[in-house]
Amino acid sequence: MNEHNEKRHMGLKASTRISNTVIYILLILMSVIWLIPFICIVLQSFRVESTWQVGYVIPRQWGWDNYIALWNSDFKRWYLNTFIIALFTAALQTVIVLCMSYTLSRFRFKMRAGLMRLMLILGLFPNMLAMIVLYRVLKDLGLTQANAVPGLILVYVASSGMGYYVSKGFFDTIPKSLDEAARIDGATRAQVLTKIILPLAKPIVIYTILTAFMAPWGDFVLARYISFGTSSGMNVAVGMYSWLQLDQIGQRYTMFCAGGVVVAIPVTILFMCLQRYYVEGVTGGAVKG
Amino acid sequence: MKKYSDLEFLRLTRGQKILYRLASFFAAIPRTIGGWFVALGRFIGNLFSSLGRGIADLFVTFRDGDWKTKISYLIMGFGSIARGQVMRGLLFLLFEAVFIFYMVTSGGYWLSMLPSLGKVGPHEEYDVVLDAYTTAYGDNSFKILLYGVLTIFFIIAFIYTWRANIQQNKISEQILRSGKKLRSGKDDLRSLVDDQFHKTLLALPLTGILVFTVMPIIFMVLVAFTNYDGSHDGFNNALFGWQGLANFRTMLTWSGSGVNYSATFGEILTWTLIWAFFATFTNYFLGMFVAMMINKKGIHLKKLWRTILVLTIAIPQFISLLYVSKMFAKNGIVNGLLMDLGWIAQPLPFWENPTWARVTVIVINIWIGIPYLMLIATGILMNIPADLYESSRIDGANAWQQYTKITLPYMLFITGPYLLTSFTSNMNNFNVIYLLTGGAPTNAAASGAAGSVGYTDLLITWLFKITMGADSQYYLASVIGILVFLVVAAITLVVYNVLPSIKNEEDFQ
Repeated sequence: MNEHNEKRHMGLKASTRISNTVIYILLILMSVIWLIPFICIVLQSFRVESTWQVGYVIPRQWGWDNYIALWNSDFKRWYLNTFIIALFTAALQTVIVLCMSYTLSRFRFKMRAGLMRLMLILGLFPNMLAMIVLYRVLKDLGLTQANAVPGLILVYVASSGMGYYVSKGFFDTIPKSLDEAARIDGATRAQVLTKIILPLAKPIVIYTILTAFMAPWGDFVLARYISFGTSSGMNVAVGMYSWLQLDQIGQRYTMFCAGGVVVAIPVTILFMCLQRYYVEGVTGGAVKG
Repeated sequence: MKKYSDLEFLRLTRGQKILYRLASFFAAIPRTIGGWFVALGRFIGNLFSSLGRGIADLFVTFRDGDWKTKISYLIMGFGSIARGQVMRGLLFLLFEAVFIFYMVTSGGYWLSMLPSLGKVGPHEEYDVVLDAYTTAYGDNSFKILLYGVLTIFFIIAFIYTWRANIQQNKISEQILRSGKKLRSGKDDLRSLVDDQFHKTLLALPLTGILVFTVMPIIFMVLVAFTNYDGSHDGFNNALFGWQGLANFRTMLTWSGSGVNYSATFGEILTWTLIWAFFATFTNYFLGMFVAMMINKKGIHLKKLWRTILVLTIAIPQFISLLYVSKMFAKNGIVNGLLMDLGWIAQPLPFWENPTWARVTVIVINIWIGIPYLMLIATGILMNIPADLYESSRIDGANAWQQYTKITLPYMLFITGPYLLTSFTSNMNNFNVIYLLTGGAPTNAAASGAAGSVGYTDLLITWLFKITMGADSQYYLASVIGILVFLVVAAITLVVYNVLPSIKNEEDFQ
């Protein structure tokens, strides 16, 4: 009997070992696949012997040439533009999103359900549609092309109230009894928000800042529309996209790689530092729906 | 269809259960659709009855009110000022003054032009000073449409405020009659950070949404009924005007000759749906699988594996997507490597062959999407009570049974809404398609249609290409936008109404 159990135990162990080995192999394989593009970008950014696409990865001649060329191109301007946009968007959008989500989570007013339904319906419209109008309106205001930076900030921030879902889900998890206790002690609604809720909502505040800061680095469509054809108003995505078009790819391909590295490093570091908050935000939002 | 009670349902065999679920899913569809019409009818009915009640109320208030109330019908805020609520009264009065000023100076013009969208286009005019013909500009259709809509908004807001002003009088009269005191301006200000705090908080976000989301959407919906395009831009070259349903007819009806938009639209819609299906479900199941692998007991370095995957989220998509797209190009690294290894003699047509391109896009999207799903699934998987697995193991369930009976139902239940939104956002996944292929390879069969249609184009990238193209047929773009909305809304409504996590929220708690 005992022996039998032992045997069964051993069998289980062996099968576990096999399955774990398979999993390790799969995970290593996946890690390689996931990392390869990034390794390639980094390696090619140091390639000196040619600037166009080649069928090999490891440079034959190493050097900083591409980074120097980057420094001497419009890239500096694009980078600064994107950084300014990201900074302002992060600050203003956070305020708007928190106002919106906190209100919808805590207050029960007459139009609440209708408002949420309206925003749900608005969200179903492809937002690309709105860009044609926004472009013309911003053009009338003088906020396109060379002045695209304030224009982009305005558009990003103004419509950001729609993205309240994740942080509303978070506020919903803070017990309402806290508010009520403070109200009984004589706090106004505004004091409840600033003194009680905000200190508890640190993860979601950081998550909102983080996502708001990162989004402008990747925005391509709207930025392309609004900075249309004017290099000094472009963000990194639009500017670097033009480097990979047929007329430029021959001279700019390795510069694109170098630019990619320069853009990715700060954003990635920031993301990794705040990853914990991101995971909390994402999972909280997904579960709440 | 026979409805089972819970107990009866539990007694069914597995096959019967699945059949029952499917049957009840489809049986629910007509009921849901019927339900919308009922809801819509009730909504319209309510609207009219409350409108009627509102108007009747206005008459009653006028008849029963004192002279202060009566004057307030003409001069807004008069009653409030006369009763000592100066600040409120002045705000009402200011609003009325601004409204009248606006309507007289420009609002009237925009409104009167709205039915025609402009009468005088750009034309040649004799200039006495220059002694030559120069172009004189007339009306601006674009502005007429935009400000016309804004003016209508403003009028609605005015009527609402006017009614609020009258209600205010009515309430004040009642309060005074019962012998209480009215609130002072200071109380009003205090209430803005207290019991009316939500209004303060929502003012800014809602203004933003109204101006930058609602307005543009209404405007673009209206554009679908005009001939606004690159050669009718409404000011510089020609006016545009109302076209009725002509654009929808172009897009949806089968025309024997010339450009066949309906066929192109059908083809792109089909691919959009196929794409959204695969993009959503491959990511979902593979992401869940990866999360389970990393979560498995006895696997070390969990943090390292997760970090490697999450790297793809951190790096801006345009870098990774553009780079990966070039990796798979004819002269890219992938082909170069395979040829060096001697596995292929010719470069593989990743982006040149329609089927290859479509499959490659879906595969690369897996690469993009797994990390997100891994993050989401990890959190949820950890929340599944461990004793469920424990007891099922004692009962002799194997890993596959545990997965299909515990993990999958739990995941599906929790992530139901997420699956729905990710399906619809994949339908509109501009970045992945545009940055990877730009829609290529070109679809020769649709060469007559605007926007150089390609085989991997989604409706949303087609829309974008139309607006960026030489002729910029904004009206077609906006027809496509409306149709996308209708498709997405229909899917959302059907699924939303039969989704278990919304119907029985308490099931798993």
